[in-house]
Amino acid sequence: MMRPKLQFAAALAGGAILAGLAGAAHAEGSGSATLDAVRARGMLNCGIDGNTPGFSLPDSKGVMTGIDADGCRSVAAAIFGDASKVKFTPLTTQNRFTALQSGEVDVLIRETTWTMGREASLGAEFAGINFYDGTGFIVKKAMGVKSAKELDGATVCVQPGTSTELAVSDFFRQANLKFTPILIDNVAEIQSAFISGRCDVFSNDSSALGTFRATQSNKDDYVLLPEIISKEPLGPMVRKGDDKWFDIIRWTYFAMLIAEEHGVTSKNIDTMSGTTDPELRRFLGLEGDLGKALGLDDKWAYNAIKAEGNAAEIWDRNLGVLGIPRGINALWNKGGLMYAPPMR
Amino acid sequence: MASQAVADSVQGAARERPPASVVGPVAWARRNLFNSIWSSLVTLVLGYFLLRWAWGLLNWGVLHAVWTVPVAANPLETAAPCRQAQGVGACWAVIGDKWRFILFGRYPYDLQWRPALCVLLFVGLYAVSASRRFWRKELLYIWIGTLTAIAVLMWGGVLGMQYVPQDEWGGLPITLILATFGLAFAFPLAVLVALGRRSTQLPAVKMLCVAYVELIRGVPLISLLFMASVMFPLFMPEGLNPDKLLRAQIAIILFAAAYLAEVVRGGLQALPKGQYEAADALGLSYWKKTRLVILPQALRLVIPPLVNTFIGFFKDTSLVLIIGILDLLTAGKNAMADPVWTGFSTEIYLVLAAIYFIFCYAMSHYSRGLERQFGRTRNR
Repeated sequence: MMRPKLQFAAALAGGAILAGLAGAAHAEGSGSATLDAVRARGMLNCGIDGNTPGFSLPDSKGVMTGIDADGCRSVAAAIFGDASKVKFTPLTTQNRFTALQSGEVDVLIRETTWTMGREASLGAEFAGINFYDGTGFIVKKAMGVKSAKELDGATVCVQPGTSTELAVSDFFRQANLKFTPILIDNVAEIQSAFISGRCDVFSNDSSALGTFRATQSNKDDYVLLPEIISKEPLGPMVRKGDDKWFDIIRWTYFAMLIAEEHGVTSKNIDTMSGTTDPELRRFLGLEGDLGKALGLDDKWAYNAIKAEGNAAEIWDRNLGVLGIPRGINALWNKGGLMYAPPMR
Repeated sequence: MASQAVADSVQGAARERPPASVVGPVAWARRNLFNSIWSSLVTLVLGYFLLRWAWGLLNWGVLHAVWTVPVAANPLETAAPCRQAQGVGACWAVIGDKWRFILFGRYPYDLQWRPALCVLLFVGLYAVSASRRFWRKELLYIWIGTLTAIAVLMWGGVLGMQYVPQDEWGGLPITLILATFGLAFAFPLAVLVALGRRSTQLPAVKMLCVAYVELIRGVPLISLLFMASVMFPLFMPEGLNPDKLLRAQIAIILFAAAYLAEVVRGGLQALPKGQYEAADALGLSYWKKTRLVILPQALRLVIPPLVNTFIGFFKDTSLVLIIGILDLLTAGKNAMADPVWTGFSTEIYLVLAAIYFIFCYAMSHYSRGLERQFGRTRNR
């Protein structure tokens, strides 16, 4: 492997030169070591899963798709004004936190559940929530069931040893309902068991259930029940100790929500420059210097939305097409939990 | 007189073709498959199952297979014709949709002729190296030239080709790069380590070689890859990270070298002591003795285990799956995860197996030929 070594040496030398140039340009630095490193590199290193549909998965042409991948691109657009300046690093559940801790990635957007244990012990923190997942149920429409509360006496297909199994038994015990679990380990087998009628209900993460339903040829015969019985908030993660970088990630995600709230999309954002709405003017960088305060260009939010769209667009493109209902992932004023503080 | 008659009759028999009951497929079958009642029974039962299985495979893989699917209005329902045939016929349409991703991963779609050319270059390099006619000093230049050409094609950035960073490489080229560079660097290292381990005059070198081999052989490749991918970056200053592919490559080189060193050492030990002493008696220096007398004979002895290790490592490169490098197997698994095509992993696995088989079978076939050639000179 001689060439990569050479290339590595060249990259080191190039990096040093770039760092020197960038150092001259931002003599005082941005106040964020990570942002400075990203700028010097000219590339955002983004840790993703790379193997989960709807979140991050390459399509047939090899282009990374999904809400996590688009989140990476939005951050890159906010920093560079160019959404293509992302290096995607696929990570496994085993090496994702080390990759973040060691600085191999600048931000980890890999459907990681926000838990207290992780935030308290890993030296990393969550900058927000981009998907409220949780255990859900799917049933056949012919059953005529509208709510999980009506599932008394049902047989439920779950994977053994998962948090889903625990959540399901807790739910039924709490609701004082009887149920018969059918435990099948393999996902493909569990799906065919449900289709063939061995169980009345199939329980899994609601995003996975939505994908399952969407890929069935007779998908209208299946109904996702509205109850989500466990909390699995997924979000982007950054290292602790770089608050300015934390702010950039957090506010890029907020910017997508604020854009949706104001009806700003990637398509109509250029027609908004005449707006008189003060928050929108600050959002677009026409007034104030909120972007500068973040250490970015005042056009940062404009660039992010222009490149990748608002939260609704990203959702529709990646999860909407999989037939996953928006549910609690809708904006706060549309019955969901997505809430962004005001931009002022 | 009697022996003359026997010889005549033998010659006569040799000129005429023996009856079908003695040679030919019928006779062969009778001798080997139906030579007793039990043998016949076993043959019939196994034959029945074999035919049924082959018929089933033909039905599933060819007769009832779905080769193409029309473009669906809803992209998620593209696979609907396949789903109707699921369990009855194979869905080769998934390969039609995904083959470029499986072979080349996330390499920019419009530029995929470059990795395709690299695969051809690799195959050409193997073919040239396999031919004994090219076994001379120039081969080294051919290797350097080809590998440079591959590097230029993959990275680009010169000659008007667009630069493609390593994280976008994937599929078959990654597997070939890991295997080829891995073995190309591991083999010389292995020879040195094997020689070092046999050294009698340099105890420190010997200890070092023993420690290296035993340490590396004592841990699984997966743990080495994890070390390279997870632990190593923690020891480096923040922001300074050698590329993941390079780290995995070094881990594979170190691992392969330890195993190959033991194979080479086996060859060194199998060589009669007289060869060493004869070379010494000729007054050859250590390196001349090793290069001209010892290694050519020792390596010849260990061709089968060497190729065995090569084949093993070609497949072991797929373990980079667990550290998130997009090699052939990982690309296949990503292709399976596409919700449009869930449930058609068998077809993808079969194609992956076929690709691995082609390379591994070529290697073992070649090594058999090589053994035969060398055997001829040895048995002369």
